[in-house]
Amino acid sequence: MRLADSLWTEWKIALRFLLDNRMQTLLITFGIAVGSAVIVFITALITGLQANVIQRTLGTQAHIRILPPDEVNRTLPAAADSWSLVLESPRAQRLRSIINWQDVRDVLDQDAQILAVSPVISGPAIARRGVARRGVARASVALLGIDPPRYQRIIPLADDLIAGRFLVGAGNAVIGKELARDLGLGIGDKLRLDAGEGREAVVDIAGIFELGVRELDARYVYLDLKQAQTLLDLPGGVTVIDTTVAEIFQADEVARRLARLTGLRAESWMETNGQLLNALSSQSMTTEMIRVFVAISVAFGIASVLAVSVVQRTREIGILRAMGSPRGQILRVFLLQGGLLGLLGSACGGLVGWGLVQVFNLFGPRLFIIPVDPTLVPLAMLVATVTGVLAAAMPARRAARYDPAVAIRYV
Amino acid sequence: MAPAEEVLRLERVRKAFNIGTPLESEVLHGIDLQLRRGELAALVGPSGSGKSTLLNLIGLLDTPSSGELYVLGQATRDSDDEARTQLRNQAIGFVFQFHHLISAFSVLENVLMPLMIRHGKPSRAETDLARALLEEVGLGPFADKKPTQISGGQQQRVAIARALVTRPPLLLADEPTGNLDTRTAQSVFELFHRLNAQFGCAILVVSHDPRLAADCERTIQLVDGRIVSDATNPLAS
Repeated sequence: MRLADSLWTEWKIALRFLLDNRMQTLLITFGIAVGSAVIVFITALITGLQANVIQRTLGTQAHIRILPPDEVNRTLPAAADSWSLVLESPRAQRLRSIINWQDVRDVLDQDAQILAVSPVISGPAIARRGVARRGVARASVALLGIDPPRYQRIIPLADDLIAGRFLVGAGNAVIGKELARDLGLGIGDKLRLDAGEGREAVVDIAGIFELGVRELDARYVYLDLKQAQTLLDLPGGVTVIDTTVAEIFQADEVARRLARLTGLRAESWMETNGQLLNALSSQSMTTEMIRVFVAISVAFGIASVLAVSVVQRTREIGILRAMGSPRGQILRVFLLQGGLLGLLGSACGGLVGWGLVQVFNLFGPRLFIIPVDPTLVPLAMLVATVTGVLAAAMPARRAARYDPAVAIRYV
Repeated sequence: MAPAEEVLRLERVRKAFNIGTPLESEVLHGIDLQLRRGELAALVGPSGSGKSTLLNLIGLLDTPSSGELYVLGQATRDSDDEARTQLRNQAIGFVFQFHHLISAFSVLENVLMPLMIRHGKPSRAETDLARALLEEVGLGPFADKKPTQISGGQQQRVAIARALVTRPPLLLADEPTGNLDTRTAQSVFELFHRLNAQFGCAILVVSHDPRLAADCERTIQLVDGRIVSDATNPLAS
């Protein structure tokens, strides 16, 4: 007999057995639905929450920063058969350029795992208002010389502008909202930047941004590369190359590879946000545990209901076997029941879970919106169906192994 | 090669349980038996004589400890579960004492079940045959009822229709009237006679009831695991 024909019969028997035990089927379906709803809701919630946190974190920083290697003291190797005791004080890390950064940039541009590359020169300066009005306010700032089109692909600064335009060339600068407030500056006002050792410049405020991170909004001053290079006395140099990668959680790995490739220092966001990642991964682990335990209890529920059903139907299994039903057919009848219960329960549960997410989005704290991945519910249903089939394996095997002569006389 | 009309042949069939343990006991001690197409035979004997064991062997639900059992000329002792299951579906119809219909299916579906097991969805012609069989056993109007909605005697008739739907050459009935009152039992037995004449299948009926057994053309008596008499009854109807 063809498997498809045989499956027709098995499908029919499985379905009838489930419908015949309506109460049992209803109760276990409800149980599976609750379990699936919890899994769908908690998965959507945690995935949404984490995506939100990561997006907020990575919205204001590069995934990998390529930096010049640290300057270290070089000590003479000890002569043979002798020890050398060294007392060293660590060297100060001067602001210095990445050697041949254009070449490094070009290599990174070709890398398949890297989406965007932006050379940046950054260093400290003191800022004050260009035209003195009632008292002198000063602020210590970080100068960032950027190549705007490239930098935009790392941090979409133009999207965060609250006033003016994103314009950094030709004596223009873009500053943060907090800095503008501290120094009392508006669009078109002049800002005097002092990078020390007599290097000063006056720039026009072309735009004001708000990244939402107070520290950045109070300190970042964006200039074009050339002006920043002049101010920081590194003509033609850049101090860091910012990059973004396609797979953010592979940033660590990519960073190690880039370090080996370029001989420079490569810092991934995962390194600089270790604590955050730690928290996120603990959270993921907790969620994973909840999911696994819920799935296990659902599986046990299915298994126990089917185990009872197999015993209840001992005689009917015997009669089916006597009429010529092969062991495989009996096995599949019960596996199908497990799968059907999983599918039905998870379809209801998936719907409820999805509904809960919508309720959360509409009536919850509204700190963030949980997006529901369109594959989440179908995936949950697939997993539940497979779980159902696996859970049914033991009772189904038992049913298939019944000795028909004994089973028929079972009372 | 078996004679054309031979449906069943047992040669020195023995059956022992708990072999190799202190509880070993032989229930059947060398049974020789032959059944031809169209025969209606009664298997009688006191409780514990081995009737059910013998019927399980003949029905391929169990295997003999020694000897050989041929169904349609095919030796079965060494065939595997799959081959025996297939042969059961093709050659043998069962009627049990407790009718054993499947409660989740309608009367008609119960009758069709052996065909569904054999090849999936039954054809229109097969469904018509099943309906005709139900008419034949007097249950045409009950086709769409559930087994729980009809009486015990009616359930047993459904079971007989089910056993015949594959047109098996051999029909085995284990105390088919044991659970029915005398009048219903009589009518079920008459049904066996009629179907035997109509379909020409060999029927082996295990029965306690000597009156019903006397109605069969052949009576096989089993005592303590041996056939003590195998007589044809010229007076049988």
